[in-house]
Amino acid sequence: MIDWGAIFSNAAVELISPTTAAYALAALGLAIHFGYTGLLNFGQAGFMALGAYGFAISTLSFGFPVWGAVLVGIGASVIFALILGIPTLRLRADYLAIVTIAAAEIVRLLFTTNTFQSLTGSANGLSGYKGGFAGLNPIPEGRYGFGPFEYNEYDWWLRIVAWSIVVLACLFTWQIMRSPWGRVIKGIREDEDAVRALGKNVYSYKMQSLILGGVFGTIAGMIFVLPRAVVPSNYQTSLTFFIYAILLLGGASTILGPVIGSMVFWVLLSFFSGFIARAVEAGWIPFMSSIQAGQLRFILVGVAIMLIVIFRPQGIFGNKKELAFVK
Amino acid sequence: MIFLGLLFAALTMSTFATVSAGPAHADEVGTDEYDYVLTGNVQFDQKPLDNVLITVEGAGYEASVETGVDGKWKVGVPEKATYTVTLDEDTLPKGVVVAKGGSVIEAEFALTKVKSVNFFLGEGTRTTVSFFDQFINRFVNGLNFGLLLALAAIGLSLIFGTTGLSNFAHAEMITFGALMTLLFSVTLGVPIWLAIIVAVALSAGLGWSLDAVIWKPLRRKGVGLIPLMIVSIGLSLALRYLFQIFVGGGTSQLPGSGLADLKFGPIRLSLIDLASMGISIVVLLAVSFFLLRTRIGKATRAVSDNPSLASASGIDVDGVIRIVWVLGGALAGLSGILWAYFRPGVSWDMGFQILLLVFAAVTLGGLGTAFGALIGSIIVGLFVELSTLWLPSDLKYVGALVVLILVLLLRPQGILGRKERIG
Amino acid sequence: MSNNTVPSGKPVKSTDLHLGEASPGCKKRDPILVADGVSRTFGGLKAVDVDHVEIPRGAITALIGPNGAGKTTLFNLLTGFDKPDTGSWTFEGRPLSGMPAFKVARMGQVRTFQLTKALGLLTVMDNMLLGAKGQAGENLFRAVFPFFWSKQEEANRVRALDILERFKLDTKKDDYAASLSGGQRKLLEMARALMSEPSLVMLDEPMAGVNPALTQSLLDHILNLKAEGMTVLFVEHDMHMVRHIADWVIVMAEGRVVAEGDPHEVMRNPAVIDAYLGQHHDEDLGEDPTAETEHVEAIKELLD
Repeated sequence: MIDWGAIFSNAAVELISPTTAAYALAALGLAIHFGYTGLLNFGQAGFMALGAYGFAISTLSFGFPVWGAVLVGIGASVIFALILGIPTLRLRADYLAIVTIAAAEIVRLLFTTNTFQSLTGSANGLSGYKGGFAGLNPIPEGRYGFGPFEYNEYDWWLRIVAWSIVVLACLFTWQIMRSPWGRVIKGIREDEDAVRALGKNVYSYKMQSLILGGVFGTIAGMIFVLPRAVVPSNYQTSLTFFIYAILLLGGASTILGPVIGSMVFWVLLSFFSGFIARAVEAGWIPFMSSIQAGQLRFILVGVAIMLIVIFRPQGIFGNKKELAFVK
Repeated sequence: MIFLGLLFAALTMSTFATVSAGPAHADEVGTDEYDYVLTGNVQFDQKPLDNVLITVEGAGYEASVETGVDGKWKVGVPEKATYTVTLDEDTLPKGVVVAKGGSVIEAEFALTKVKSVNFFLGEGTRTTVSFFDQFINRFVNGLNFGLLLALAAIGLSLIFGTTGLSNFAHAEMITFGALMTLLFSVTLGVPIWLAIIVAVALSAGLGWSLDAVIWKPLRRKGVGLIPLMIVSIGLSLALRYLFQIFVGGGTSQLPGSGLADLKFGPIRLSLIDLASMGISIVVLLAVSFFLLRTRIGKATRAVSDNPSLASASGIDVDGVIRIVWVLGGALAGLSGILWAYFRPGVSWDMGFQILLLVFAAVTLGGLGTAFGALIGSIIVGLFVELSTLWLPSDLKYVGALVVLILVLLLRPQGILGRKERIG
Repeated sequence: MSNNTVPSGKPVKSTDLHLGEASPGCKKRDPILVADGVSRTFGGLKAVDVDHVEIPRGAITALIGPNGAGKTTLFNLLTGFDKPDTGSWTFEGRPLSGMPAFKVARMGQVRTFQLTKALGLLTVMDNMLLGAKGQAGENLFRAVFPFFWSKQEEANRVRALDILERFKLDTKKDDYAASLSGGQRKLLEMARALMSEPSLVMLDEPMAGVNPALTQSLLDHILNLKAEGMTVLFVEHDMHMVRHIADWVIVMAEGRVVAEGDPHEVMRNPAVIDAYLGQHHDEDLGEDPTAETEHVEAIKELLD
């Protein structure tokens, strides 16, 4: 009755989907913020939105080439990080949390409002900005792959680029976290006053960390919109919470945790949704409609966040004694 | 002052056409993704109006669309539920307003997959109300909103003060009050006043049980404040969607929410608004009395000030925290009921919609100070409502959040907060 | 500055540090730190109100006083961790007031904390390396390319190991700092401060919470700092220790400097005994319950 093949192949597809890559990269940025520096950034959705809109608007409204559009997005997120950081990085950690969550909402509302409709497309969002990126594709037209992993040339190009960026970002993060810079950053997480007493400009390091992780989020935002359209409602606070779930799942101060966390998250979520949806169709769960089944997965994410934090705060991949993956 | 002019209502039952995949058109949103379609035709005086913004909200889904050159719009929606369709009057040409029935329509699907929603437009101007009158009106509305925010904010602030927890699940405690009122009044047919009392009592019970089942054991375990905050985020997410499973994505009204406005000079208020403000003020006074005059209230403030000192001077800190959760739950529940009348409507994520404003209020006033939260709330409430005089209404929350960031820049400890001593 | 050698197994004391009468705020022969009119209030309460104080170079100075005398607050102010309401001070002749904490540390004035701040989830070695100054690899762009910093890192590592050996922590170098005992953390914090090659080391209650077995070694380390030419300023409650190692004592009470002088003489000063007794009489409610017994002991010591 239940098509297990379809459930498994749908889940397997998530393993290398560009969305998984985007979440992995955004979570890696959050690992730099939260896992390594101890900054409570709850505005990662805002950084992602800036990437998506920065890329789309500069392409659509100003005709920028791909590299220019990417730079616009990154520039916007650097400015955003500065605006967030200047008032809050000197304050207690929870202030940063409240300000980042508020700022991300401001960004989303500004992209949703009709006031800037001609630029942002307001609630409808934007589409039609992928030509430049597709034009760079060296893969000849056609369908490639095997089993569930069969895509056309654009989809492969997108997957290759997305995962290459993720790999590069991981290598970069691994390298800086084992450098003296990373040592200062981890020291700040442990006790910023002690680091200050050793002559390090803590404020500047926190700002660098906020910018760096934010830029990762911004690039993730660009990858996120390449297989779909830019829709403002995607950038709600729950997006940030999902990325936190991924980060905590994998292990907050690890390099591979965010990547594996994202894969596990999306594969499980797809598997779970597929299974519940089909189980409802098959009448196995008579008291539930298919819509309710779709909402179950959010409950699952919420409960998972709670259980991980309480019972396995180091995530799946960090061991309790050795919280840092790289020393 | 609206002059009723020519009315026009075009009922176009455009048959649902399977649109080929492609970028969304301005006048069609989500029609290729979803089977159910809301549609309409905006015309005035037989002429189609283009670029009029229509927003559809409900079932946890939100979309907006602009009418095409032919005045038509279409929005695909995920399920057969009740949707709130709003026409943004600011996007109508000058001299045209929504004349009858208002610019917000509740649309419910009948037997078909297509539901048409049309607005009755008329000639008129919306700027005839003098700026001063508008200001007074917005001011009173803002006060009302601020007072209901304060109910939630004081609880949040007390919980933060006594336990250090930034409780994101406060949003769901707000929603819970409204949902329980809906359950008892509409579903079970209990008189509304009794339903409200029962709902507030149940909300207090929710506060107590959240503390007993989750927070107290975690405190015992010595879980840090940041993990606690993340637990509350997970709890918020889980509860929110649990609510949605039970009540669906639609919006329902509490009894009496459609009451007509009474006029007091330039001020237009419904009986409900008056009652809401009255209840808020009475409850806030009672809470103030509790905090300032009673033994337990003083103990609460002492714990909020310095838990270890309070504990050393013989105050039962755990007992105080339990009372704070019960009080916080009851206040949040009441705030949710008033919010349901203010919005108006009860929905599964209504608490989450104002959570950030509540946080902003608490931070503005100074984290952990109860009276700071009250002042912060009123500032936020006034700011949100008054900003609509200058800002488009879809940006009204932006102003309040910007103020939050600015205040932190100038006075990081909040309005009533104290600077912290290091070492 | 002249070091009159005192024979016997006792630590070598520096004397003749001051000019004129040994009174509060007296001039020093060679001050390293000079503070003027420093005050700080917390909600109406004057925590620190120091007219003038000088710290002698190359000596060990103890800052003592009853609880709430403002010792730690003065420490925080002098090191840039707190901002004063009024006042200015110079370190090695350069003005320091208003300078952020990290710049103060870079100038060679390094502090430790009353509650030890070992960086728990960093290894002992990483804790040490963090103390080193002027690291090229602490710049984000150079951090990416190890050839910019690997040599310097190696040199720092050798130096760190050397210091760790002296502090008998070398066998723990790959352990997390969180796994050390309280006393070992104090040692690590001091060792870490040495990595920055400071000229003035400020220790906030170095003996608090230290296992008695480690006390002697901690004392020796402090004396070694002086032997290596560093100036030490420390806050302490333990009178034995103060008498044993301090060359100069500054006594604070209610935010003011009430007495200064040689450790043996200053403890006979009636103003000092008054300060401790006065504190005892209007003992603050809710203070650390051990504080009271500490004072009783302190007074006993003062009187004997």
